[in-house]
Amino acid sequence: TEQAPAPPGDTGRPPDRMTQRLLEGTPPDHQTVLEMGFWSWGVVTLQNECPGNTLAYSSISFFYSPTVNDCPFFPLQIDYTGTEPSSPCNKCLNVSWDSSPPCTCTINFTLEHSFESNVFMYYGLSNFYQNHRRYVKSRDDSQLNGDNASLLNPSKECEPYRTNEDKPIAPCGAIANSMFNDTLELYRIDNDTRTPITLIKKGIAWWTDKNVKFRNPTGDGNLTALFQGTTKPVNWPKPVYMLDSEPDNNGFINEDFIVWMRTAALPTFRKLYRLIERKNNLQPTLQAGKYSLDIAYNYPVHSFDGRKRMILSTISWMGGKNPFLGIAYITVGSICFFLGVVLLIIHHKYGNRNTSADIPN
Amino acid sequence: MVFKVPSNPNHSVSSFLFRRCAVAACAGEEKRVGTRTVVVGHRPVSETDAYVAQKFCDNRIVSSKYTLWNFLPKNLFEQFRRIANFYFLIIFLVQVIVDTPTSPVTSGLPLFFVITVTAIKQGYEDWLRHRADNEVNKSNVFIVENAKQVQKESEKIKVTVNGEVRLLSLKLVGRGRCVVRAGGGMSCPGELTHYAVRDTTVLCTDEAIDALTATIECEQPQPDLYKFVGRIIIYRSNQEPVARSLGPENLLLKGATLKNTKKIYGVAVYTGMETKMALNYQGKSQKRSAVEKSINAFLIVYLCILLSKATVCTTLKYVWQSNPFNDEPWYNEKTKKERETFKVLRMFTDFLSFMVLFNFIIPVSMYVTVEMQKFLGSFFISWDKEMYDEEIKEGALVNTSDLNEELGQVEYVFTDKTGTLTENSMEFIECCIDGHKYKDCISEVDGFSQTDGPLKYYGKAEKSREELFLRALCLCHTVQIKEADQVDGLIGHPEHRYTYISSSPDEIALVKGAEKYGFTFLGLENNFMKIRNQKNEMETYQLLHVLNFDPVRRRMSVIVRTTTGKLLLFCKGADSSIFPRVQQEEIQQTKVHVDRNAMDGYRTLCVAFKELTQKEYDKIDRQLNEAKMALQDREEKMAKVFEDTEADMHLIGATAVEDRLQEQSAETIEALHAAGMKVWVLTGDKMETAKSTCYACRLFQTSTELLELTAKTVGESERKEDRLHELLMEYHKKLIQDVPKNRGGLKRSWTLSQEYGLIIDGSTLSLILNPSQDSSSSNYKNIFLQICLKCTAVLCCRMAPLQKAQIVRMVKNTKGSPITLSIGDGANDVSMILEAHVGIGIKGKEGRQASRNSDYAVPKFKHLRKLLLAHGHLYYVRIAHLVQYFFYKNLCFILPQFLYQFFCGFSQQPLYDAAYLTMYNICFTSLPILAYSLLEQHINIDTLTADPQLYMKVSDNAMLQWKPFLYWTFLGAFEGLVFFFGVYFLFQNSSLEDNGKVFGNWTFGTIVFTVLVFTVTLKLALDTRFWTWMNHFVIWGSLAFYVFFSFFWGGVIWPFLKQQRMYFVFAHMLTSVSTWLAIILLIFISLFPEILLIVLKNIKEKSHQVRNKIIRKVPDSLSARPSVRPLLLRTFSDESNVL
Repeated sequence: TEQAPAPPGDTGRPPDRMTQRLLEGTPPDHQTVLEMGFWSWGVVTLQNECPGNTLAYSSISFFYSPTVNDCPFFPLQIDYTGTEPSSPCNKCLNVSWDSSPPCTCTINFTLEHSFESNVFMYYGLSNFYQNHRRYVKSRDDSQLNGDNASLLNPSKECEPYRTNEDKPIAPCGAIANSMFNDTLELYRIDNDTRTPITLIKKGIAWWTDKNVKFRNPTGDGNLTALFQGTTKPVNWPKPVYMLDSEPDNNGFINEDFIVWMRTAALPTFRKLYRLIERKNNLQPTLQAGKYSLDIAYNYPVHSFDGRKRMILSTISWMGGKNPFLGIAYITVGSICFFLGVVLLIIHHKYGNRNTSADIPN
Repeated sequence: MVFKVPSNPNHSVSSFLFRRCAVAACAGEEKRVGTRTVVVGHRPVSETDAYVAQKFCDNRIVSSKYTLWNFLPKNLFEQFRRIANFYFLIIFLVQVIVDTPTSPVTSGLPLFFVITVTAIKQGYEDWLRHRADNEVNKSNVFIVENAKQVQKESEKIKVTVNGEVRLLSLKLVGRGRCVVRAGGGMSCPGELTHYAVRDTTVLCTDEAIDALTATIECEQPQPDLYKFVGRIIIYRSNQEPVARSLGPENLLLKGATLKNTKKIYGVAVYTGMETKMALNYQGKSQKRSAVEKSINAFLIVYLCILLSKATVCTTLKYVWQSNPFNDEPWYNEKTKKERETFKVLRMFTDFLSFMVLFNFIIPVSMYVTVEMQKFLGSFFISWDKEMYDEEIKEGALVNTSDLNEELGQVEYVFTDKTGTLTENSMEFIECCIDGHKYKDCISEVDGFSQTDGPLKYYGKAEKSREELFLRALCLCHTVQIKEADQVDGLIGHPEHRYTYISSSPDEIALVKGAEKYGFTFLGLENNFMKIRNQKNEMETYQLLHVLNFDPVRRRMSVIVRTTTGKLLLFCKGADSSIFPRVQQEEIQQTKVHVDRNAMDGYRTLCVAFKELTQKEYDKIDRQLNEAKMALQDREEKMAKVFEDTEADMHLIGATAVEDRLQEQSAETIEALHAAGMKVWVLTGDKMETAKSTCYACRLFQTSTELLELTAKTVGESERKEDRLHELLMEYHKKLIQDVPKNRGGLKRSWTLSQEYGLIIDGSTLSLILNPSQDSSSSNYKNIFLQICLKCTAVLCCRMAPLQKAQIVRMVKNTKGSPITLSIGDGANDVSMILEAHVGIGIKGKEGRQASRNSDYAVPKFKHLRKLLLAHGHLYYVRIAHLVQYFFYKNLCFILPQFLYQFFCGFSQQPLYDAAYLTMYNICFTSLPILAYSLLEQHINIDTLTADPQLYMKVSDNAMLQWKPFLYWTFLGAFEGLVFFFGVYFLFQNSSLEDNGKVFGNWTFGTIVFTVLVFTVTLKLALDTRFWTWMNHFVIWGSLAFYVFFSFFWGGVIWPFLKQQRMYFVFAHMLTSVSTWLAIILLIFISLFPEILLIVLKNIKEKSHQVRNKIIRKVPDSLSARPSVRPLLLRTFSDESNVL
């Protein structure tokens, strides 16, 4: 277990060497492979460096990494689909779009470790094919970009969510129509008092999306007037200009909407929902302890066998914790190291043979 | 029209063109039966001639394929006839018609690119042709019209019908003959003498020409350049019409250039597209390379992969959709139209959609790249300085670029001997007169017999015989004299004044030889041949007839009349064709010499003569003229007359002419052997001559066991066939049955075992190939073939040109269809050059037919070594790598897209953005492989040339067999899996960015694509062993371009796009550290097997090198043997190894 950490100096050099070899056209030899091994080690070390911890921690990260789930900063996931009868949300399982008032349920959970830095709150959906071709193309980007002509005459790609009762739908298309509309609220339970956690809803979308790609229609008057002549998507309870009270987060530039419009790559995905910022340096963002999650359950997933989750996660400068990268780098690194050693031995042996072969028989 | 060909005042070569002209009678192709009649002069033809108006084409040469108007439709039509293009057109149409995942642009644009590039290339080539045509068509010629010369554009020359001006057979001014030199590119043999018809030579002015009335009858246009049959009938006002025969010597071909004549008048008989040159131009068939066959095989595999992928996806889609909430969940409803579509129809369109989605697996741009590679690559051969010959100031010539890689696959080399292995520069060595040997010139008037040498009986023949012999040498030839500058009559040093010109170097050697012994040929004037004898007296002989040389007869004769009125016939030719025609008792003593000389590798000719009586001559004269006049079966008739005439002659002696081996031909042959090629020498020479040449150039080693199937071993008797059968069985047993069964492993490494050489001659070959009807002999051919294939070297002597081609065809069609190469320099090699997979012409002394008909032409035989071992090897490796790489990069391109279907509900959602799909093959990954396939030298050129064994590494299409193909395919599949699942697992993460924001499906595809582009490009970088600045530029440039393009493409909201999918996707991707790490990791994993393989190979090679160091010493010492002229090593003729 006293595996030495990779020498920090080695991490930068080897790729240069490799590139150099490529440039020279000389084939890489076993030394290169060996160096690659060391290099991978370095990356692994970085990857597993938990924020705020000391170097001592990273030195054992080599062994720690495969069980990275034990890392206190691993995201916390709560499935609130409610398929199990015991679940508080079971009652909402077969909710429909237009049920009002919305079905609400509360899930209590305990945080074993505190989250020290900013916490990111995600919702996750499973078995939801946001990458289905019919779905992906069912949008009109020029409408979303504030083009007035497209607003009233959306693209054919939006079918069958293009018009409703002869009025153009804004925003049109299947993606917009199926926008996630559960409301999640987080409370800290401290001696039976529920303290709401401040959830920040801005800053969750790509800056370029929010400021360039998505634009409200242009013209005079408020948003309601600008969306005159259009109708809301069929499944939405309220029109697009009533998504939020703040004008810079309303209409097409509503960040929840923008996040939803970026279609996910895989049928199981998560999307950023809210941010929880660390308030001061004295307290962790979320202390260990009891919390409750209040859900306004509007979004039906049971009909297609889907699941819904809420995820809390912290993020390092490398992004969220990713077991894959760690494991992959370790595996590749070890293989390279192993091969490097083997080849080195062969090289030495062969070198000996080389000299003996020079003596002609 | 009669026209005149002017020449520059300074007497240099003037170029002009003649449209082909003439003639009739048809021996030959059924299509062109009939004759054409051309009328010369103003006056109507006499009514007695049944004159049928014939239509002749105009004199415009059209070698271009397209015109401005029809270029587009015609070119498109031709391009879409190619299977691949048509396939992509269909895919494109499917995309337009059916609702498919990718826009029609993704396949339309590459197709458009491919079509455009090809169209531009073809358009350019056609423009060049137009230009060349115009140059020819607009060039000025002088036409005699109403006794005046009118300058006109050449395309106005007509073979007109209504009798005004007509064209030609040549009237030549001056001395009635001219030497014509091959004009740029299209040529007849180097220099030939053409003659005017005797009766027209007096017509030297425009007026005289204008007054001429004649008709010319000639064959309909035929492509055979060396044959022309026709006759001219000249009408004179108060005389009987005179008929004269016209032969090839009266016909000037288009593009010919006058050499020592200032101007000539001529009649055009064939014009425009009917000229012989034009007919030949069209007739060249396309040779296809074996690599293309491999490509097609691979294409079929990939087509199967494509179809099965589409089938699998379609099937799974419907299985998956059988669950209603998968088929149509509430969030993703179908349109009305979709719901109403028939299920079968939906399945069909789904299948087509998948096809479209995966169609990139069949590389669109490969064809273009392959074509560009071939086109550009062929320049390397013509640029090669080592193949530049100082003597003729020319380098190698590439006539077709389609066969470059074939040069690396050659298994059989068929080579001509004279002019190919040897220099074809003849030197008179010795002669024998009546059995007495004369060697070296001792220019004393009376004594030039040689006294040293192994011959026991030496002495002198009678003086008169000597003189007769020398006169024969001086008279019996077709040599011309070219006078250098101003001839002032002094002929003291003939070498300085004259140059002899002839189409056959032998003749020059003989004339020069005679000169050494005191008889100098001074030239031919007005049909009188002048010679100066030993006593410095002039002798004049009237030349009555020349019975031209032809390869079938293998002899030629002249009939002359001496000043005293004696009629003499001199004949010279191969011993086999002379001996049967002379008195038998004379043969023996000469035969000894001939055989000995032949054994020493000299070319021998026998000289015979006979005296004709006036009566005999008259008869011959009449027969000859009749035969020459014949429009039907002229050749047969001529042959018969020749046969009759050249009989009962008296043998005077024999000559020996040495043809020196070309420099390094022995080393070249040795290298070809070492490279695993089998070299066959096909020659028309005598067996003994050929055999010693073969020894000299090390085709046969002293250790080679020779098997002979010649007239000598088979015998002449009637038991020939039985004896042949016996021999064949014996050899067969020896070579095939007795050899241990290890041939599989040793397929091309016979160097280890006993080598066999086979000698066969023409007559035996025809016995084998065309056995008499009866019996057992039918499978001779098979047995013979088996024997041949077992022999390292085969010598076929006394071959007729057609037999050469027959042999080539026989080998070409054997099992496994080995790649054959023919190399030759003369017209008699053309048939085998055309027959073989690769035809190589030597730019030799025997004219340009061979190099014109060849695929490649080199100045010397020794250049074959570099051409095959270095260029061929490299071209093959390059193109093989190119092909494999193309399939590989498209497999790992499309495999992730296939895998993605499993995660998007088989909805045909493309993984990559349309721009990437489109640009991948045409921009991001095309240039590096093109540069690689042009410049790569995985082994240094010098090493390749020096170590012929390396050639065997790529033999049998080694790099395009199924094994390497599978390797590449698995590599592609492995990388595709790594790309996709690597990114898939990466996306399991909550967020890849440090601000918690998430990526969508387009980022997913972009990461995969980035890894893909970098991997395939770096893979190529790993494979590249020869880096030039160009490689660096295109490899790193492509990667930089990809990055630049991605930023650019994602940096703008494109108004013409329906969806802004890629907006800032690439930039966001790069802000994530995890993504960087993942990309680097995935590239490394993908390349890891490759790197590992290279490392292992390196280790293996190093250990091999040590072992080889010792082994190689042996062959090194062998090839270091200097190539002195072993011709003189008499030991070769000991025949110790002959069975």
